[in-house]
Amino acid sequence: MENNPSPARAVQNAVEMRNITKTFGSVVANDKVCLMLRQGEILALLGENGSGKTTLMNMLSGIYLQDSGEILICNKPVTIRSPKDAYALGIGMIHQHFKLVDVLTAGENIVLGLQGKRTLNRREINQKVRQIAQKYGFEIDPTKKVYNMAVSEKQTVEIIKALYRGAETLILDEPTAVLTPQETTKLFDVLRMMKAHGKSIIIITHKLNEVMEISDRVAILRKGEYIATVETAATTQQDLTEMMVGRRVKLEIDRPACARGERKLHVTDLTCVSREGVTKLSGVNFDAFGGEILGVAGVAGSGQKELCEAITGLRQLAGGSILYRYQKDAMTIEENIAGMRADQIAHRGVSLAFVPEDRLGMGLVANMNIVDNVILRSYQENRGILINRKKYRPICEKMIKDLDIVTPGLTTPVRRLSGGNVQKVLLGREILSLPQVLLCAYPVRGLDIVSSYRIYSLLNAEKEKGNAVIFIGEDLDVLMDLCDRVMVLCGGQVSGIVDPRTCTKEEIGLMMTRVGDGREGERA
Amino acid sequence: MSSEWTIFLNFINMAVLASTPLLLATLGEILTEKSGNLNLGVEGMMFMGAIASLGAAYYYEKAVLGLGGTPSPVMATLVAVAAAAAAGGLGALIYAFLVVTLRANQNVTGLTLTIFGTGFANFFGELIGKQAGGFVQVSAPTKAMFGIINFGALSDIPVLGSLLFRYNWMVYFGLVVMLAMAFFLNRSRSGLNLRAVGENPATADAAGVNVTRYKYVATITGGALCGLGGMFISMSSTACAGVWVHNSVNGYGWLAVALVIFATWNPSRAWLCGLVFGGLLVVRNYYPIPGLPMQIYAMFPYIATILVLVFASIRQIKEHAQPASCGMNYFREER
Amino acid sequence: MIHQEPFVRVVKRTAISKRKVMLFRLIALAGALLAGALLVALLGYDPIQMYSDMVSGALGNSLLAVNRKGVLAFSTSSQATLKIATLLLVTALGLTMAFKMRFWNIGGEGQILVGAISCSYIAIHYGEVWPQWLLLLVMFVVSCIGGGLYGLLPALFKARWGTNETLFTLMLNYIAIHFITYLQYQPTWQIPGTTFPKIRDFAASTRLPMVLGVHVGWIIALLLAVLVYLYFAKTKQGYEVSVVGESANTARYAGMNVSRIILRTMFISGAICGFAGFMQVSGADGSLTTDTASGAGFTSITVAWLSGMNPLLMIIYSIFIAILARGAGRIQTTMGIPKSAADMLIGIILFFMLGVEFFINYRLIFRAGRRGEEAKAV
Repeated sequence: MENNPSPARAVQNAVEMRNITKTFGSVVANDKVCLMLRQGEILALLGENGSGKTTLMNMLSGIYLQDSGEILICNKPVTIRSPKDAYALGIGMIHQHFKLVDVLTAGENIVLGLQGKRTLNRREINQKVRQIAQKYGFEIDPTKKVYNMAVSEKQTVEIIKALYRGAETLILDEPTAVLTPQETTKLFDVLRMMKAHGKSIIIITHKLNEVMEISDRVAILRKGEYIATVETAATTQQDLTEMMVGRRVKLEIDRPACARGERKLHVTDLTCVSREGVTKLSGVNFDAFGGEILGVAGVAGSGQKELCEAITGLRQLAGGSILYRYQKDAMTIEENIAGMRADQIAHRGVSLAFVPEDRLGMGLVANMNIVDNVILRSYQENRGILINRKKYRPICEKMIKDLDIVTPGLTTPVRRLSGGNVQKVLLGREILSLPQVLLCAYPVRGLDIVSSYRIYSLLNAEKEKGNAVIFIGEDLDVLMDLCDRVMVLCGGQVSGIVDPRTCTKEEIGLMMTRVGDGREGERA
Repeated sequence: MSSEWTIFLNFINMAVLASTPLLLATLGEILTEKSGNLNLGVEGMMFMGAIASLGAAYYYEKAVLGLGGTPSPVMATLVAVAAAAAAGGLGALIYAFLVVTLRANQNVTGLTLTIFGTGFANFFGELIGKQAGGFVQVSAPTKAMFGIINFGALSDIPVLGSLLFRYNWMVYFGLVVMLAMAFFLNRSRSGLNLRAVGENPATADAAGVNVTRYKYVATITGGALCGLGGMFISMSSTACAGVWVHNSVNGYGWLAVALVIFATWNPSRAWLCGLVFGGLLVVRNYYPIPGLPMQIYAMFPYIATILVLVFASIRQIKEHAQPASCGMNYFREER
Repeated sequence: MIHQEPFVRVVKRTAISKRKVMLFRLIALAGALLAGALLVALLGYDPIQMYSDMVSGALGNSLLAVNRKGVLAFSTSSQATLKIATLLLVTALGLTMAFKMRFWNIGGEGQILVGAISCSYIAIHYGEVWPQWLLLLVMFVVSCIGGGLYGLLPALFKARWGTNETLFTLMLNYIAIHFITYLQYQPTWQIPGTTFPKIRDFAASTRLPMVLGVHVGWIIALLLAVLVYLYFAKTKQGYEVSVVGESANTARYAGMNVSRIILRTMFISGAICGFAGFMQVSGADGSLTTDTASGAGFTSITVAWLSGMNPLLMIIYSIFIAILARGAGRIQTTMGIPKSAADMLIGIILFFMLGVEFFINYRLIFRAGRRGEEAKAV
């Protein structure tokens, strides 16, 4: 078995996975994957989106059961049928999408599902939670409800939850995706502290600089297959990329130079209040120009979703104006679209395209086929009461060809397509409408590298056509490489708009957590 | 005591009695929804409980009489209780099997359970009635078991006596169930786990809670409570009182489903809301409104329900809302 | 800490042929009828006799026959069945409008009744006055408007505040029934000179014409099935309803006015149910009672669901359920089995049909199967 990492007999292995295979329907998520975690080490599990990292770890934490293959914990073969089994074996997983109950407190979430006295002694529980937090250097309020928490607090609850259950092996799935650079540093400190206490840690990631920074060894997966495990100290980022993608790829993202065009969007004093009366956006000011990509950075939940929905008429405004400049009948019109509903904006002929974050729940109809999804934004253009699907067939076929969309056919429901292809259908449709402003929320989330670069080049093409592109992203590296300007949101406010060519990641990181500290206005 | 007072006290007595089947069913449905199952089959389960308790008590008495003995009313009551809980639980078991194990649509499954339970009860009600030579009826001593308890001197205390001590045992039983459930949901470990299952089953699962087991147990227990609510209607209510009446449950189950919303999934509030609705159901018999026809007055509980639904939807509070996963099925390996 | 592998695992199917789906559903139907048979057998009745009595009771010896007047018509038994099927089909078509939008309209019963009440008002007050064509036209229009408005009411609150429509529509059923009880006590609605709480029979001029011995409604119902089918397959409005049903968020994003679509669709849904009420009082019954809808609002949910919201399949299922309902009346007289058996049987059939969906969407892999190279699908 050449793929098998060399069995180290001297060192006790915390975890060993042998020839694990897992399929979902016809998709092989893991194909004879092997993995070994030594006691007291930090192992990075590296792979692109869709390479099967999370699936593999879900089998270790009892969420899935492997189709075949063996798992050994401390050199003993085990069957992990449920998360309960995993905890009993000392394995705790911190999922990328936190598994917390919103309406319960931190303390309640931590003791959830544990055996113990029939009645709950909340004071005793909270006391113990505070002790663990102190030991590893966390800050936590056990009585705080989860829905009142910031993302990093939720992550803390998740980690303490695993420690409270006596986890000796911790699995963290993309833990830094939602954190600012400063929070990441803090998390890494905690991880080193845990390692010093003898814990074994697997960290799932696709970010190479983090792999280099925190891990002792790296295991690489590609398209569900195990590639290799290497010592971190003995490898380079370039080698890792090659193993991860399978070929030599350039890691830089293009940023074609374009002349800044006219002002397409002029947003002033935008304010939004949620149904519960919470202010989600306050006093947001910015402009979007043709021929540039404006990036939007911020910790999750800083008002990105509300910003998109406000601009596209999907959310009621509490104040502010959105001046939108567009061509209609060879005339240039600048009109305030604030306060209009999405259907009213569409009736104006405003060519504003929007790729929402929730692709299958908002951008597309999951159970409908490609044709029915492509007509979604333009079915009204047809006169009369009937719908004209025939007209769109060739358009869809062309789109499938142009964007290399992999689909069994035009009649396949889009929910059956892979994430990258779903996104291509969505973005492809939006580009079909010849927009002058293209608003994209997290357009590469969950996509593999090839698909991501495909999306970047499509966005760059729009920019080169002289259109304005607004890119809401979470990966600061991407934002800084792709965008011409980056607007940073913090708590529903703009903490600054910076030029990524002259600004550091740490500076943006600081602005993500502090309003008013960053440079106001423009530096470009 | 003035006659106005007497009317008022009678009204309160009747309101409490009318509220009891509602309370039991509402508590049952709260427990069910806390596990993330929206069971619209409350009406059906109440029907099943109603006929099962009546039929079981009837056959018990018949069997004992057939052996030459004298049926004990206490035994008859116990048999009825067990049968009602079992029948309601059986309905809920069918629902849980379809919804939890076979992942069927909750709405449709619940509606089907209502159609099935209604047919089941009317079918057996008529069948047993035919065999009994007319209609099903339990003996007078057994009927008395479901009548007002004799508290002796306590009942004679002015006002308070008739306010608190003029009910059958099920009224007090409902109160005990309410307190027990409030304690269970807020103070016990299993209650916490159950709430997590209803809010976010994937999280509960990852935390080591056996989601399937919690869903089954909560749903079946909830169904049993609905069955007991049905028993109140067939055994204790003035309209039936130990005799099978066609379509006897007649919408109580649906009122209970609405009451769950009114009570914001809170057992103690369910008791209060149940009282209000009990009052609405009987108020026309005590306080006629001049010029308002009785048939229009009879619409009041339903109109009130609609108003409550509208009111509840206008002001939604995160913590007093339906459990977040309610209505959706959980499949661990869903992708 | 070593566990055995689980005995059975559940895996989502990737694809399944339409034929296999049909086969699975037929097996489930057979299973349900078998379970019903078992139950009756346990109670000491002959299940074979029960089913054959049901069918012969519902359809008679022959479907069509030349009657005493020498005219070709449906046999007496099948006439009654066809009337039930017509009511079920039209109501199911109405409910489907809402169900496609994932609007759980459980208020078919109430919408039928309000449609019936509206046109009964015309029939009672103008039945002797207006000519037949005008009467029928006005009755048709007011029944649609009445039922439509009754469907619109919960939709208004759903669109504005997201008020729970299941319970709202359900409560409206009870209100409609109580209102008919109220009308039964109104002197203008009663048989002149009596005080018995009963609404008087309609004049002959308010009755729908007959075709082959059954009121013309059955033909209209068939046409309506085709219309509803085309509505969803070919029109913009039908497309909008489907999108709103799949995801209101997507619809809003696509620039649809979701509230307007909800209101419009629920009006149509209620109007069709109201029309069913018109057919029932003007065609089948010739009067208005609290039994006018006779549970059709609920039974039609079954029809809509069994046919998977396919309007053309609904024709078959409404006849099937009508045979059950009508046949149950027969077995009550011939075998002494209470006719509520029909409700119970419908429940059992639905339980089986709900259950079989699981086996259509997922397959089971048993432990033994995993040893082999390829897991066996079940």
